[in-house]
Amino acid sequence: MVKEKIKQAKIKEEKWELRLYIAGNTPKSMTALANLKKYCEQHLPDKYTLEIIDLLVQPQLAAGDQIFAIPTLVRKVPVPIRKIIGDLSNEEKVLVGLNIRPVKK
Amino acid sequence: MAAKKKITKTTLPKTPTGIIGLDEITLGGLPKGRPTLICGGAGAGKTLFAIEFVVRGAMEYGEPGVIVTFEEKAEDLQMNVASLGYDLKKMQKDGMIRMDFVHIDRSEIEETGEYDLSGLFIRLNHAIDAIGAKRVVLDTIENLFGGLTNEGILRAELRRLFAWLKEKGVTAMITAEKGDGTLTRHGLEEYVSDCVILLDHRVIDQISTRRLRVVKYRGSEHGTNEYPFLIDEDGISVLPITSLQLDNKVSSQRISSGIAGMDQMLDGNGYFRGSSILVSGTAGTGKTSIAATFADAACRRKERVLYFAFEESPAQIIRNMGSIGLSLQQHVDAGLLHFHASRPTLYGLEMHLVTIHKKITELKPRIVILDPITNLITAGLMPEVKSILIRLIDFLQSNQITVMFTALNLNTIVNEQTDEGVSSLVDTWITIKYIETNAERNRGLYIMKSRGMKHSNKVREFVISDDGLDLVDVYNGPDGILTGSAREAQQVSEATGAEMRKYSLGRKDKQIDRKRKALESKIASLHEEFDTIQDELSQTYIEEDLRKEIMEKNRHQLSQKQSNGKRKN
Repeated sequence: MVKEKIKQAKIKEEKWELRLYIAGNTPKSMTALANLKKYCEQHLPDKYTLEIIDLLVQPQLAAGDQIFAIPTLVRKVPVPIRKIIGDLSNEEKVLVGLNIRPVKK
Repeated sequence: MAAKKKITKTTLPKTPTGIIGLDEITLGGLPKGRPTLICGGAGAGKTLFAIEFVVRGAMEYGEPGVIVTFEEKAEDLQMNVASLGYDLKKMQKDGMIRMDFVHIDRSEIEETGEYDLSGLFIRLNHAIDAIGAKRVVLDTIENLFGGLTNEGILRAELRRLFAWLKEKGVTAMITAEKGDGTLTRHGLEEYVSDCVILLDHRVIDQISTRRLRVVKYRGSEHGTNEYPFLIDEDGISVLPITSLQLDNKVSSQRISSGIAGMDQMLDGNGYFRGSSILVSGTAGTGKTSIAATFADAACRRKERVLYFAFEESPAQIIRNMGSIGLSLQQHVDAGLLHFHASRPTLYGLEMHLVTIHKKITELKPRIVILDPITNLITAGLMPEVKSILIRLIDFLQSNQITVMFTALNLNTIVNEQTDEGVSSLVDTWITIKYIETNAERNRGLYIMKSRGMKHSNKVREFVISDDGLDLVDVYNGPDGILTGSAREAQQVSEATGAEMRKYSLGRKDKQIDRKRKALESKIASLHEEFDTIQDELSQTYIEEDLRKEIMEKNRHQLSQKQSNGKRKN
């Protein structure tokens, strides 16, 4: 049900296309979503699009991105495709996984 | 209270796999609505086994199935099984099969924090619901262990998955790699405990044999042996070593062996239909000739014969049998006689058995000849050969097919057991051995056993001539058993003796005749002599009488004269 697109208006050369697969509003999914949003805002301001796909609603989409674990974050762009599974609680791992250079605080 | 309540055994509902032989071993198939684990080493045939389960379910039982692969792409799999004649593409189009390839690449996955495998569940659920699947295959789910590091989560999720599959009511087949000392590398047998089937691929003496064993089957009986199985162009066929029952139909019909003398030895009628006949003997004793004669006789009765030649090529057999007056070519042309020649070492025994099976089901012959079974030993070990033959005989008898084996005895001493040890399995056992006397060898044939009929205990001489085969009574005289030319010589000398006796008898008759004649003439002369004497005697009497008479007369005259004189005086 939760299918929302958050688009940042600004178009930059480097754009991040992210997809988060969840299955209903489970605590794990919610944690993952919250974490992801936090990291993106922090490190990729205006440089990303995030699509949230609820497999309970659209189960047919699971095969396309080879989803077997929930929650799974897929980085579609830039290639190569990367996947991070879990509730994304470890910020460092997520950033490494997405190959994002963290913004110095 | 009812007088007697019938004990109703609640049998486990089963899903037939459709794999030839497996349903027989498992007495009906796999547990319905439960997961079954198929484990085995690399190349044991797990994937094919699983695919066949689904494909046969779809084709033969109208049960749609889902194949989830973790190893091969759907396209690759399609290609692999296309060689077996399974058109997965078409079946997918028809909505009977749905394939899903779950690709797990460790290099593109990062794990952080809590997760579960709901994604897999959802995909599976989606696939099952989309076609109303009754069968599910997960091949090989252990790949998850390679892709994910958090084993704790994985194990919990697998347990949940199997429970969920059960709840879903699908009959699932899960394949897993055989571990070191354990059934599966990651201990999946812990979770799937209803039915476990182990596949094995062994190479013994350079010949490979695939085997299958039902390790466990909760709530059901099952065959516990290791059963060889084959993968050929028709898929998998498991061959139960023996069918679990011994309840073959029997026929009391008799069929001729093609040799009059042989039929005579077998209670005058020949073999039983559907029986198994073993012809054993040393090299060159004419085993193939007996088999070919039997085949010829059957073809003359318009029965179909399938001849498995493991030693000679069909052309060679036809040519050779021409020398004893058998024209097999005409039967081949008439479509009654079929040859199947193959080298025993061409492939393993199991393969031989399957080829034989297949040919038999294809041609439906009434008579099958295997010539010789001895050569199969070169393709396998002795116990294997025996097990093959047991199964073959079993199979043939259940189909009422008469089978003749020929076997070579390696030594000239006739063993009570043939080398293959099949003698206890066969119904009729004919042995030919050389009887070596007077610097020649002759074939002696005898019947070692023949179940269910009076059979001759005599050793008969087996003669192969231009006109075919025949059995001759051996000469059993005061000098012992005579065969071959000795027998012929004896027969000739006997004939001469008879002639001589006849001649000598005639001479004696004549002698007696002559003697009688002589005697008769003697008697006649004696008679004459007697008559003469009698005549003489009677003459004497007459003379005496005459003399008496004259004397009387004279005396009378004298006395008269005297009286007349006195008166004058």
